[in-house]
Amino acid sequence: MIVAGCDIGSLTAKAVIMENGKVLSDAFIRVKTRPEDSANEVMQMALDKVGLTMDEIDYIVGTGYGRKQIPFVDGVESEISCHAKGAFKVMPSVRMVIDIGGQDAKATRLDDSGMVARYIYNDKCASGTGRFLEVMAEALEVPLEEIGSHAAQSKEKLSISNQCVIFAETEVISLVNEGKETADILDALHHSLAKRVASLARSIEVNEDVVMTGGVAKNAGVFNALSEALNVKMKSLDGVDPQIMGALGAALFAEERSDASHKVV
Amino acid sequence: MIIVAGCDVGSLTSKTIIMKNRKIIGSSIIKSKPRPGDSAELVMAEALASAGISKGDIEYCIGTGYGREKIPFVNEAVSEISCHGKGARWMMPTAETVIDIGGQDCKTMKIDKDGNIGRFTTNDKCASGTGRFLEVMAKVLNVDIDELGKMSLKAKDPVTLASTCTVWAQADVIKYVNSGVPIEDIGAGINTAMAGRVAILVNAVKPEGDIFMTGGVAKNVGVLTTLEKIIGKKIKKTRKADPQMAGAIGAALLSLDKVSGNGRRTK
Repeated sequence: MIVAGCDIGSLTAKAVIMENGKVLSDAFIRVKTRPEDSANEVMQMALDKVGLTMDEIDYIVGTGYGRKQIPFVDGVESEISCHAKGAFKVMPSVRMVIDIGGQDAKATRLDDSGMVARYIYNDKCASGTGRFLEVMAEALEVPLEEIGSHAAQSKEKLSISNQCVIFAETEVISLVNEGKETADILDALHHSLAKRVASLARSIEVNEDVVMTGGVAKNAGVFNALSEALNVKMKSLDGVDPQIMGALGAALFAEERSDASHKVV
Repeated sequence: MIIVAGCDVGSLTSKTIIMKNRKIIGSSIIKSKPRPGDSAELVMAEALASAGISKGDIEYCIGTGYGREKIPFVNEAVSEISCHGKGARWMMPTAETVIDIGGQDCKTMKIDKDGNIGRFTTNDKCASGTGRFLEVMAKVLNVDIDELGKMSLKAKDPVTLASTCTVWAQADVIKYVNSGVPIEDIGAGINTAMAGRVAILVNAVKPEGDIFMTGGVAKNVGVLTTLEKIIGKKIKKTRKADPQMAGAIGAALLSLDKVSGNGRRTK
């Protein structure tokens, strides 16, 4: 039985194709203007990688910001559930999932059976989301994918006092004008973001093991700063791209649901 | 005859007022320079020129605003909140509630008859509801910030900005621009969003009596009228001076108090 998960986020779209609990292929792209275009393209990419066609997929679950606009899905699930599902599958000891997305941040606490016990999210304020880093990377003229490694070269400890993205951007520009090093500014920004996300997570109580999902998890600077801010050694989800965790969780839901529907028939 | 001055170096604009016997004899407003000290020197020089006097004629000068600690020539630095209260009361002698929207903050305060501050609230943590919000949006619309206000008068079907956050609202505005929504409808939506945010701070001080608005945003008719609608009260207007100059006026008045209080008054 072949199933798929499709996660349409605000910045990237992801797809995972799975056969009997094993990932056959995955794909991710930057989103197009229309969510349906993103979904079609990323799904086709994942299909092409393993030479499958859409007809051969038994069940598809959609998730993410644009999940309601995906034309080909059989069902939808929230990102919260999907990230938790994916992370629990990869690491059954996980009790908290922190997902920093392009325009939100979420912390989810899991119970011993992997079910969502509590969650909290911020999508009201751009501070503490992936957009914060996007704006700053642009201001500093460093590609977003490189800010993590760039910050690793930091030598001087700086701090950013403004939380608001708009005000922090001005602060960054004045630090640049003062002649501060880009690496040091980036390091300070990572800590600033981490502090914000940590206080969100702490409001629902942080239990180990903590993992990070979503694209920002690939930024080692944020990963380490968040560990520091939470005072917890976060775990890495070995062998799985944290960015496809939502799509993976969606595929796992697809598998469950298609099992159930087969039984009915 | 006493000549005093007030110099208000803000994040976006810098202002100077020169007063002689409680009357304005010179004033200037400029866009702030990267260094507050440079802004102060320039705006003071312009104000002196407009009054036709020299720096030596100024008996006392108080600095205020965001950059007040960096003004080289002042006798003293005083917080904006005290200066705005004082300046507002001078401009509108019946004012009991003052709303001051600056370039990167928003304050609401209750004042007594001497311009002393009672209950007050301030937001300088979030760009939403501050002058910066309008500045960011004007840039997206590619219009001068002074043109935003009038758009509310011309709008036929104002848009709604769902997000409070300046960053998210900016994304909404870009979307509206790209989908061909008339610019006036977008501008009106921006003014309404701004007013909604300011109204929260106004209601927090439980506004009473005459309400007066200072700072550059007071000149934005769209924000002003929407704010009146939301809080259900009129906002008083005056032609006595530019509302953007209230901080500098207050600083000059406090300078005058200082000089008179010190008994240095000769005439």
